[in-house]
Amino acid sequence: MSAIVKVSDLTRIFDVSKPWLNRVIERSPRALLTAVSEVSFEIEENSVYALVGESGSGKSTIGKIIVGLVPPSEGHVEVDGVDLATETDAEKIESIRSEIQMIFQDPYASLNPRWTVRDIIAEPVAVRGGKTDGLAERLLEQVGLSGADAGKYPHEFSGGQRQRICIARALAAGPRIIVCDEPTSALDVSVQSQVLNLMSDLREELGLTYLFISHDLTVVHHMADKIGVLYLGGLVEEAPRDRLFDDPKHPYTQMLFDAAPRMDAFGREVEPPKGEIPDAINPPPGCPYHPRCPIAVDRCRKERPELRRLGETRVACHLAE
Amino acid sequence: MSTPVLSVRDLVVEIPTRRGVLRPVNQVSYDIHAGEILGVVGESGAGKSMTGNAVIGLLDRPARIVSGEVLLGGEPVHQLKGERLRKLRGRKMGMIFQDPLTSLNPLLTVGEQLTETITEHLDVGQSEARRRAIAALDEVGIPAASQRIGSYPHEFSGGMRQRVVIALALCAEPDLVIADEPTTALDVSVQAQIVALLKRLCREKGVAVMLVTHDMGVIAEAADRVAVMYAGRLAELGPVREVITNARHPYTAGLMASTPLASRGQKRLRQIPGAMPRLDNLPAGCAFHPRCDRAEAACRQDPPPSLSACDGRAACWFPLTDKTKATA
Ligand SMILES: Nc1ncnc2c1ncn2[C@@H]1O[C@H](COP(=O)(O)OP(=O)(O)OP(=O)(O)O)[C@@H](O)[C@H]1O
Ligand SMILES: Nc1ncnc2c1ncn2[C@@H]1O[C@H](COP(=O)(O)OP(=O)(O)OP(=O)(O)O)[C@@H](O)[C@H]1O
Ligand code: SF4
Ligand code: SF4
Ligand SMILES: [Mg+2]
Ligand SMILES: [Mg+2]
Repeated sequence: MSAIVKVSDLTRIFDVSKPWLNRVIERSPRALLTAVSEVSFEIEENSVYALVGESGSGKSTIGKIIVGLVPPSEGHVEVDGVDLATETDAEKIESIRSEIQMIFQDPYASLNPRWTVRDIIAEPVAVRGGKTDGLAERLLEQVGLSGADAGKYPHEFSGGQRQRICIARALAAGPRIIVCDEPTSALDVSVQSQVLNLMSDLREELGLTYLFISHDLTVVHHMADKIGVLYLGGLVEEAPRDRLFDDPKHPYTQMLFDAAPRMDAFGREVEPPKGEIPDAINPPPGCPYHPRCPIAVDRCRKERPELRRLGETRVACHLAE
Repeated sequence: MSTPVLSVRDLVVEIPTRRGVLRPVNQVSYDIHAGEILGVVGESGAGKSMTGNAVIGLLDRPARIVSGEVLLGGEPVHQLKGERLRKLRGRKMGMIFQDPLTSLNPLLTVGEQLTETITEHLDVGQSEARRRAIAALDEVGIPAASQRIGSYPHEFSGGMRQRVVIALALCAEPDLVIADEPTTALDVSVQAQIVALLKRLCREKGVAVMLVTHDMGVIAEAADRVAVMYAGRLAELGPVREVITNARHPYTAGLMASTPLASRGQKRLRQIPGAMPRLDNLPAGCAFHPRCDRAEAACRQDPPPSLSACDGRAACWFPLTDKTKATA
């Protein structure tokens, strides 16, 4: 097995300062928000790598960096051994770019309401001057809709059908890698299962590789081969699926598992976790999780834990063993 | 048994449209007792919010109740209008919505909003109202409540705002709280905090809660009983453990089976074919029949009798039994 995507030391900082004049009048300093902080991981060909974490942990930003929608502040993304930041051969970059597509959470917002489904699906190919005859019809059939639907508009479809259309569009360019950002979060359970099954089938048929972003741990358990857990922009734990679920090492991962509501935990009474995610503009010093961590020690408040290897797991916690 | 806090009887809500009259709530009946949480689940568009809004008198035109009753502590309230309805809503019924900002006034401090609600509905003076407002914030877990009472809604995080809304919903000591997707927009850790809070308040204060959510995990952990809605009707109603682990209605069974947890270890998830029909295009007979693997001729002709408040688990001609499941 070889890595098809290699992300190293990825960092993305957003300038969220108030306008210059306000800063001068209010004497407020520049505000820099570190959305992604020195994240490194690899995705094996034809596997599903999941990123989990709470709101604002940097999942979408990493996804957008990988597809090229957001440039990194630092670090590299390599696809098939080609570094997209340093490669100079424009043709090579272009061909790699077309191999990575993205699917978003909201299947309505990401479809132009005034275009027919045919035009929506064929667009990624049309802009590159490719052949689009019968393409939309073929892809619609592939995602479980009817080729006869190609002349319709997005509003004529249900949420689950729209997400299928988004998947069809992502497939149009013949990608090898698809970044799926919360692809089923807006869908009902019974529709979600249809879409997840479709994604699994396509992975097998087309040999696709997925970066699967989600905050739903049961969905991630079903889909992922390997999982990375993000907290405040940093990777705090990474492990193969069963390893992570059987033996979570990081206190944050443990908290996520404990807090997630379970369909088989009738009337469960648990002490809910304490605190909320801190402000990303002024993250706590030392381990970013220490204000909420039930086992934090003095060292945690001063020294930021490095990601280190423990068997198949990589974990960033001073006390994990 | 004591009089339920809320009784909904054969409730029908209609929306007249150019393409005909829609029934987003159709013959719905259920009770909620003091200290009980009734979970309401179902696909998007099934009529969950519409049912909650009808109960609380907040239906947006042109939707209206055309028949049936809503009884609060045995008193009919579905015909109340204007000032009397508004009074009753704050005093006897509290509301919590998915977006906390819809329930909060951005121009007033949370303290002003709480004291205003308290003095309007309870017979107390300003200083007592203020004391109660602080106690209410404290109760929902806002740290340093006596200081935060002067803060505006935008100065709180999303999770904290939802706590403020819960404090606001409960400060006039209502008998019934309708919570419509109260944790859907929140992170799991905050969601766990809010669910624990709702459960504690319900138990300690004996409030009856109608909890609308599509998260089956939240339902399992919080609800005592659960109502499953499909295309405007109640498909199934029963104790939460029974409905989740031993569904009688084929739709409920399909819904539960399609969750990733139920399919653990399987390569593909179970799925219900098709999608819920739109209200303007309901099939004849049982609305679930085009997707149902148990459907027979009877299902295509007549809708199964609706669930009444006191008996029946599933509105289905051929409900699943333990025996049918064993052989399936
Ligand atoms: N364009 C931007 N400008 C400023 N800040 C941004 C921008 N995009 C993202 N951020 C910030 O970066 C952080 C990470 O955001 P991101 O959207 O990647 O999180 P996420 O994990 O996808 O969260 P969610 O689960 O809510 O989708 C957040 O604090 C967010 O506010
Ligand atoms: N003004 C209207 N005209 C026509 N149909 C309407 C109108 N308002 C609501 N509906 C329909 O009423 C039905 C019930 O909607 P409701 O909001 O109660 O669903 P819900 O179960 O709460 O769904 P969700 O999970 O998406 O919140 C839906 O099918 C909706 O399309
Ligand atoms: S490093 Fe310390 S504070 Fe951070 S997760 Fe580990 S124990 Fe907790
Ligand atoms: S009434 Fe018939 S179609 Fe409807 S759920 Fe029952 S068996 Fe299925
Ligand atoms: Mg995101
Ligand atoms: Mg709703």
